[in-house]
Amino acid sequence: MEPVAYVREAPEPEDPPPTLTSGALAWARTNLFSSFGSSLTTIGFLALIGYLLPQLAAWATTRAVWSAMDGAACRQHQDGACWAFVIAKWDYLRFGSYPVAERWRVDVVEAIGAVLIVWLLWTNAPRRAWAALLFFVVYPILALVLLRGSSLLGLPFVDTLLWGGIFVSLVTAVVGIVFSLPLGVLLALGRRSPLPVVRVASVVFIEFVRGVPFITILFMANNLLPLFLPATWAPDRFLRPLAGIVMFSAAYMAEEVRGGLQSLGKGQYEAALALGLNYPRMMGLVILPQALTFVIPGIVNNFIGLFMDTTLISVVGMTDFLEAMNNAIKDPVWAGPTIMVTGYVFAAIFYFSFCYGMARYSAHVERILAKGRK
Amino acid sequence: MDPARGAKLSTWLNDQRVRGRIYQTLLLACVATLACGAIYNAVTNMQARGMPMGFGFWNEVAGFDINLHLISYTNLSTYGRAFWVGLLNTLLIAVICIPLATLLGFAIGVTRLSPNWLLSRLALVYTSILRNIPLLLLLLFWYNAVLKSLPGPRQSISIGDVVFLDNRGLYLPMPVPREQSVWFISAIAAALILAAGFREWARRRQERTGEQAPSTLVAVGLILGLPAIASVAGGAPFGFDIAKLSGFNLKGGLQVIPEMAALVFGLVTFTAAFIAEIVRAGLLAVPVGQSEAAAALGLHRGLTMKLVVVPQAMRLITPPLTSQYLNIVKNSSLAVFIGYPDLVQIFAGTVLNQTQAAVQVMAITMAVYLFISLAVAVALNLFNARYALKER
Repeated sequence: MEPVAYVREAPEPEDPPPTLTSGALAWARTNLFSSFGSSLTTIGFLALIGYLLPQLAAWATTRAVWSAMDGAACRQHQDGACWAFVIAKWDYLRFGSYPVAERWRVDVVEAIGAVLIVWLLWTNAPRRAWAALLFFVVYPILALVLLRGSSLLGLPFVDTLLWGGIFVSLVTAVVGIVFSLPLGVLLALGRRSPLPVVRVASVVFIEFVRGVPFITILFMANNLLPLFLPATWAPDRFLRPLAGIVMFSAAYMAEEVRGGLQSLGKGQYEAALALGLNYPRMMGLVILPQALTFVIPGIVNNFIGLFMDTTLISVVGMTDFLEAMNNAIKDPVWAGPTIMVTGYVFAAIFYFSFCYGMARYSAHVERILAKGRK
Repeated sequence: MDPARGAKLSTWLNDQRVRGRIYQTLLLACVATLACGAIYNAVTNMQARGMPMGFGFWNEVAGFDINLHLISYTNLSTYGRAFWVGLLNTLLIAVICIPLATLLGFAIGVTRLSPNWLLSRLALVYTSILRNIPLLLLLLFWYNAVLKSLPGPRQSISIGDVVFLDNRGLYLPMPVPREQSVWFISAIAAALILAAGFREWARRRQERTGEQAPSTLVAVGLILGLPAIASVAGGAPFGFDIAKLSGFNLKGGLQVIPEMAALVFGLVTFTAAFIAEIVRAGLLAVPVGQSEAAAALGLHRGLTMKLVVVPQAMRLITPPLTSQYLNIVKNSSLAVFIGYPDLVQIFAGTVLNQTQAAVQVMAITMAVYLFISLAVAVALNLFNARYALKER
């Protein structure tokens, strides 16, 4: 038997306890202080945030001027925002020069629109098909009659020259989506059509619109549309940029819908054909309901882009929200060094809350759809 | 009617090919009618309004000034010359913005995936804010609220009395070539050639023997060292023209007009947010098994990214990245709002208003953008064909 070389006389020293893997401290160690460089970055940025954030908050709240009749108070408090300016201009920012006595019409249109959009976007809402019908067919007509006026209903006519502010931005975006979605679906179907003429026509339209800047489309709609139509038609000055927006948005919508159509398996088409459905029924009953549901996030993202693009219509003389803000800033009564920054920051908050809200919704729908597809 | 003939007609009408032809003929007829109507109306309306019909305006004297021109231009130049000035200014913005936006976008996209929670959150805040605010608002903010609110030339903000910033723009030192510049430039050229040669030699040796040579280190040394030696031996290679206050204005130096500074700043920060999201998505799309395999081969984190993850991610990143580059070109047309003299502002704005040749001017402007878009699309297709995943 071999001699035993080593015999343990005392127990080994205990290992130190394992490092924490849960709890706030462990989380901070792995996510904030994992290495020397990481710790340095964390501390540096924390210091920066700790320095900047309180100042920003103070600028926006405690040091800001909340109520004033004119710019005098804001000129005295130059280290804070001048929210009094935004409050004083709020009605102008919402309605532009729309006659004060008729502004209830805008309110009604906006309220109905809000209800319909919530109904349409709420994924568990009952009878969403009705909402779609109301939103895409009834609502535009109703809005047109209410906003422009109608002698039949005794509503005075309001020229689009007077329209302005947030409601013009909303009208532009909603008109864009209402008309461009059906048009985009048609173009997407056209692009995938087996008929060469239809396909080429769709491709040419889509690629043409996507290849040029939105501003040139607006210029075209504004300068050339009246030339291409009979002289007696003379399209309204708001109608021209709207036509441009619809054209522009339809091309992008078409590409979005095409993505949805492509994501469907071939089996769906074959099954529909095997059931003896003709083309319109195959598309309407089998393909489009699936493809459109699948591209809801994309459509919403398109809508966000569309809403941001509405700011460009001021180039053809329409007063959207941003242009209304620009006009308000120029008001000599409120002239002061803080007015411009306040105005632009408020506009930024407005666009951000709107667009970010929509983006969150689109991400939410995407998650639901991803679950269904698993 | 003969029933057999009726049946034949209905069979004929129900033939898909025949129907297809009928639909297509109808569509063609519709498009043709619309086009003819539009042309007829356009001609009538243009004649009624006394608008010019041809392209004769191209050679007429423009008569307006442009405050930024890369080619010689005065108010006696022609409209055609103004077009080229505008086009070059548009391309100038693209050339400046694309590399900057790419760098910033990649940096933020990688930061978004940083293991440091705070960093990745900050990158998220950046992309969320910039992606949800209209570009026009950004431009107006930078132009009106920041650059135009800077003090006048006499109170310019100066950085070491070399760089000046005021409400007339940003003044950078302008390098002025001297006799010694020749040596400096040839030193750079020699360094580049030597570095490339060394790299090739190192590659061949590695293939033959497996031994690696520090080719990057040598290249950096050459490219920094040779010009440094040249400038030490021959004296400073460039003189610098620095802006100076004379009268009410800063004179000299390289002046960047505030319109351009605002446009570049707005476009770069805005587009970088979108590029960052593309980069993040691209990097995340590479299966984690790839990095694990690279780690198993003994590659460290930097090499794993460089040799394994990024090349695969680029395949996904490139197409949307290209469309962001096109967006930069197209979005530079927002120059109209802040008065940067780009193609749209000069040509579709001023020239259109002066000549009244609306149809011709719009057609030319759109054709330029379409040409750029199509050229890029063709290039992208070539890239895709070359780098597409080849599955065996």
